[in-house]
Amino acid sequence: MPTVSMTVNGKSVSAEVEPRTLLVQYLREHLGLTGTHVGCDTSQCGACVVHVNGESLKSCTMLAGQAEGADVTTIEGLANGDDLHPMQEAFRENHGLQCGFCTPGMVMSALDLVKQNPDPSEKEVREWLEGNLCRCTGYHNIVKSILAGAEALRG
Amino acid sequence: MYQFNYQKAGSQDDAVSALSSAEDGKFLAGGMTLIPTLKQRLAQPSDLVDLSGINDMVGIQDGGDSITIGAMTRHVDVANSDVVGSKIPALQHLASHIGDPQVRNRGTIGGSIANNDPAADYPAAVLALNATVITNKREFAADDFFDGMFATNLEEDELITAIRFPVPEKAGYAKFPNPASRYALVGVMVAQTGGETRVSVTGAGQDGVFRASDIESALSGNWSAEAAKGVKMSDDGLNSDIHASAEYRAHLISVMASRAVDAAG
Ligand SMILES: Cc1cc2nc3c(=O)[nH]c(=O)nc-3n(C[C@H](O)[C@H](O)[C@H](O)COP(=O)(O)OP(=O)(O)OC[C@H]3O[C@@H](n4cnc5c(N)ncnc54)[C@H](O)[C@@H]3O)c2cc1C
Ligand code: FES
Ligand code: FES
Repeated sequence: MPTVSMTVNGKSVSAEVEPRTLLVQYLREHLGLTGTHVGCDTSQCGACVVHVNGESLKSCTMLAGQAEGADVTTIEGLANGDDLHPMQEAFRENHGLQCGFCTPGMVMSALDLVKQNPDPSEKEVREWLEGNLCRCTGYHNIVKSILAGAEALRG
Repeated sequence: MYQFNYQKAGSQDDAVSALSSAEDGKFLAGGMTLIPTLKQRLAQPSDLVDLSGINDMVGIQDGGDSITIGAMTRHVDVANSDVVGSKIPALQHLASHIGDPQVRNRGTIGGSIANNDPAADYPAAVLALNATVITNKREFAADDFFDGMFATNLEEDELITAIRFPVPEKAGYAKFPNPASRYALVGVMVAQTGGETRVSVTGAGQDGVFRASDIESALSGNWSAEAAKGVKMSDDGLNSDIHASAEYRAHLISVMASRAVDAAG
């Protein structure tokens, strides 16, 4: 089996995997990083969103082998010890989650948005979340959380 | 997913020879269509040949009266391109409304056109803008490239390397997105290039993307939203599914065409 190496949350990792291994499987099953979720098998829900080389993508729709040599950030890579990342804190403060299943993908997606657009409008946030589905919240508090997280990050 | 071999090609020649020597190989571009297909076990290729390491298939070239877009150029890069934005804003608008941000970060123009999904956006642009599809073997005029739903006239080991779009006098795209997937329930592109008017429709036809000749004639005489809206489309050959009936799609074609004319100015 081929060996696939990459940097995940700042650490170099390497594992022997079948070519058909998805990035999300590599993260969850080989590295034990189960914060990245799988909510569908049609590439539509966004529960699996991570950053690869600084851009958000659906880790269920990329082979681990395609991420060879890449720099990957997952939800586990955001907090600083016990201190939540400001975007995570904003979700907690604003009740941006209920069951929490979609939340890691929402947070990772939101961070890609605010990197490109530090002061998004509510409409821009809603449009950006096109690829992130939530079955619980009705999105309202997610949007509120992202706007608050963006504000916190602007400082 | 079934088992397959994976390899990353370093050049166009590598990719083509890897595919030719595979038992049943497939090119892998952004994977936004191919990987979901594999996950559902709807395809069982023996080999995937990844095109993402081929540098001369990525990028946007300004050729003055045309723009050439490498097949591996992602939707996000077309959406963010100043060249595309200033020369063919309709194409930029189209690219920025494909799927969602994560799909646009991976999906490529070559993959979209090779796949010819009957509800995909780019095939409408290729047809209305009369683009040329460039492969490792030849150049296709837009009208000769698509061959019905999910089918093109590409050969098995033929690689799309780039797509060349002539700069139009005017062009506009309007899509009525499926609220769940963002694919086009109906999408219409209208364009005037070198005095010729072309109108293409995606999302509606049973055979995939097609030109709406009735709207083309109406707009050739009178380039206006009213003229487009006034055309009553037949529902012959249009799709009916849980999302919309053929009759509704026929109606949407004229409405989207009129909005596309408005967008084109
Ligand atoms: C949730 C979701 C929403 C989407 N919404 C939309 C939408 O609104 N509108 C839309 O148009 N599309 C949409 N798509 C599809 C998306 O645009 C895909 O990126 C695109 O259809 C395929 O491009 P790809 O680069 O991902 O190709 P891949 O999936 O890698 O490949 C697709 C096919 O093309 C072949 N191929 C790829 N590149 C070449 C080449 N250079 N030469 C020859 N053959 C090649 C492959 O072998 C494969 O058969 C959506 C996808 C998803 C998952
Ligand atoms: S798991 Fe649903 S998009 Fe990846
Ligand atoms: S909080 Fe339950 S799916 Fe979003």
